[in-house]
Amino acid sequence: MADLSTTFAGIRSPNPFWLASAPPTDKAYNVVRAFEAGWGGVVWKTLGEDPPIVNVSSRYGAVRYNGVRVAGFNNIELITDRPLAVNLREIAEVKRAWPDRAVVVSLMVPCTEASWKAILPPVEDTGCDGIELNFGCPHGMSERNMGAAVGQVPEYVEMVAAWCKQHSRLPVIVKLTPNITNILAPARAAQAGGADAVSLINTVTSITGVDLDLMAPEPVVDGQGTHGGYCGPAVKPIALHMVGDIARDLPGLPISGIGGISTWRDAAEFIALGAGTVQVCTAAMHHGFRIVDDMIDGLSNWMDARGYRTLADFHGAAVRNYVHWGDLNLNFRTLARIDQDLCIRCGLCHIACEDTSHQAIAAQRIDGRRRYEVIDAECVGCNLCAHVCPVDGCITMAPQPTTQPKLVWAQHPNNPLRVAAAAE
Amino acid sequence: MSDTAETAGDIAAGRLKPAELAANFADAHPPLSPHEAVVEANRCYFCYDAPCREACPTGIDIPGFIRRIATGNLRGSALTILEANIFGGSCARVCPTEILCEGACVRLAEEDRPVRIGALQRRATDWLMAQDPRPFTRAAATGRHIAVVGAGPAGLACAHGLARLGHEVTVFEARAKPGGLNEYGIAAYKLTDDFAQREVAWLLSVGGITIEHGRALGRDLDLAALRRGYDAVFLGIGLAGVRALGLAGETLGGVRDAVDFIAELRQTADKGRLPIGRRVVVIGGGNTAIDAATQARRLGAEEATIVYRRGPAEMSATHHEQDWAQTNGVRIRHFAAPHRLLASGGRVAGVEFMRTRLDAAGRAVATGETYTLHADMVLKAVGQVFVPDPVHGDGTLALALDEGRIAVDAGRRTSLPGVYAGGDCIAGVDLTVAAVEDGKIAAASIHRQLLG
Repeated sequence: MADLSTTFAGIRSPNPFWLASAPPTDKAYNVVRAFEAGWGGVVWKTLGEDPPIVNVSSRYGAVRYNGVRVAGFNNIELITDRPLAVNLREIAEVKRAWPDRAVVVSLMVPCTEASWKAILPPVEDTGCDGIELNFGCPHGMSERNMGAAVGQVPEYVEMVAAWCKQHSRLPVIVKLTPNITNILAPARAAQAGGADAVSLINTVTSITGVDLDLMAPEPVVDGQGTHGGYCGPAVKPIALHMVGDIARDLPGLPISGIGGISTWRDAAEFIALGAGTVQVCTAAMHHGFRIVDDMIDGLSNWMDARGYRTLADFHGAAVRNYVHWGDLNLNFRTLARIDQDLCIRCGLCHIACEDTSHQAIAAQRIDGRRRYEVIDAECVGCNLCAHVCPVDGCITMAPQPTTQPKLVWAQHPNNPLRVAAAAE
Repeated sequence: MSDTAETAGDIAAGRLKPAELAANFADAHPPLSPHEAVVEANRCYFCYDAPCREACPTGIDIPGFIRRIATGNLRGSALTILEANIFGGSCARVCPTEILCEGACVRLAEEDRPVRIGALQRRATDWLMAQDPRPFTRAAATGRHIAVVGAGPAGLACAHGLARLGHEVTVFEARAKPGGLNEYGIAAYKLTDDFAQREVAWLLSVGGITIEHGRALGRDLDLAALRRGYDAVFLGIGLAGVRALGLAGETLGGVRDAVDFIAELRQTADKGRLPIGRRVVVIGGGNTAIDAATQARRLGAEEATIVYRRGPAEMSATHHEQDWAQTNGVRIRHFAAPHRLLASGGRVAGVEFMRTRLDAAGRAVATGETYTLHADMVLKAVGQVFVPDPVHGDGTLALALDEGRIAVDAGRRTSLPGVYAGGDCIAGVDLTVAAVEDGKIAAASIHRQLLG
């Protein structure tokens, strides 16, 4: 059985599955249940200064898609609404009782050195393994100049990270907001401030829907709504991209991947793209902590099948293949292939291609029976048909052999700014 | 046959308790809940040029109506159905979907479980009927008046189509109630809660349609007069005749036509008052045989046996219907034809069957070997036939026939100008849904004739 243990920014945990800072990690009761279920670590829900903030009633919105519930999820909850002392006491008790699990404490206080300097010592006294700076919460706290209001200004990210490194011995993880133009700017700032790691993504600014009876954004609070933070399976592609950018351009900076991770396969993808640990919230809020069972043995079984003994064996393995568009081979050609034995003759490939792409799938009738055939000369290999086909393995994309060398845009004849080949 | 003599004629009402009867004649396939419907709707792949739609005689845009259920657009869903098939509600309940839309569903290729199109159609149409007592409106009056003979699915579909186009329609119906076979011929558990009448009342809400009951063609009306008195005539007169076994003793007590048995059952509110044999033999291989035998069991018959002269593949009852009968405790015996009706005291006591086999041409031929089934009641379900007498004019056949039924062209025009026909009285499959399509096409043809 594969070894899933991790050491992330100096923080050890028996597996890479951490619960993200969120409602599931707000209290000792929940965290103990999570550890009993097998989670490798938690990031305790964000602590702030007393008096505690106040939360609204009606806090979550969700996106359904074709009958699937919680395809996307958002919240307008703020940081912990419990007194600081209560949280600190419970963190200390839990860490004492579960020494092998990672307990990281998320923090958010006003953007002054005094505030950070004040909260760090009592947090460190709990015996926790590290701190995560919440620079990502996009609602409520940002209106008070915290959360994403800090994370969106690289200079502030660097400044606060530096204060934390100066006033604490704990590993510092900076949690990044995706609500920026280029994730590399705050990531570089965190690194410049001395942060030991980054975690991302925090939630995406969002409105999950509009209640058409109340004519108000969801979730509705007494007839009104506000934007919230979006997460869950729908945001995974956004998160993967940002994780990949940092892994590629800031090699060596540890990344805790967050964003729609629901299964071991999601986790493997984040790890392959450079994440050292993964953090989960929505999937646990949807199904409970027991989902970690399958995450652990699913990842382990997959690693065994691939011959990976440790996470390091495939950590970042996909990063070298994550390139800029300009590095892609323009001489590569792939063509759709339809397995006529598997085809159920639904016609979805044909209509998608006919209406919206390249008219490369012919709809035929042979003895009254439908038959869909790829017109190779028209097929640009876009993958659309393979994506819309409801039958696994029915439409595959077949890379075509070529004698031509790799050709990138920089050298392409159509590029007015092309770089002449060395021989010319 | 002494034992037979002692027990012959055991026909009695009230074999089951009222609660058992109520359960036996409740909805055989209860409606989908709103949640079930959305889950099922999301199973639909929304096929392009969908095979299900092609398999529907009325060409309902099935992927289109299912998608509208999934999105919560139930009104749009129901209207998509009803624009193609005004009897979408009853077709959702009575269509043999296993050989039509659901039999063509691409899901069958993958998992042997089609999308439940019939049940989804019921979800949408039930919703609209409950929400909107009058969803259709009429075009401006044209001043034209059309006679429709027969208030079954064909006649009423035609009438509804014409009424929407602004024509006036008078429907002549021989029976006391409208609905045709939906009212008199379909098994009770397929159309519960007086659905046939509720549906007809709902579709008549469009206005412009008058039904005159107790008016039969050939008895109270003649075709020539209808042609003179109206701008066009549509005949949806069904099959008035039933085939006989051609054996001595068909008038014995206890021997009946299955269609009469089913009609009586449909018209009797208190099923406990219906006499049923202890041992019932049904002769035939169609859905009428299935419905008669299954309802006999559900009324409390101890044994119900269908005997058919050929094999399971030759039965016109679908495989699904055969399964249904067998699940209801009906025994199906193949390859035997009735040879002799046995009597005792003027009542039927049993049937002697001659074993058969198929010859090279697929016909059943006698083997010479016989066996006997005891029976207190024998129900004949060997087919219905078109009776051409009402369409005779001046002693000669006024309309050309095709395969013994009224000949029509693609527009459902008969050989007589201005006379149209559809439903079971023309050649083709005898299905409610096919009758509705006939009526729909005829209405469009009549409209073109009158205003074209």
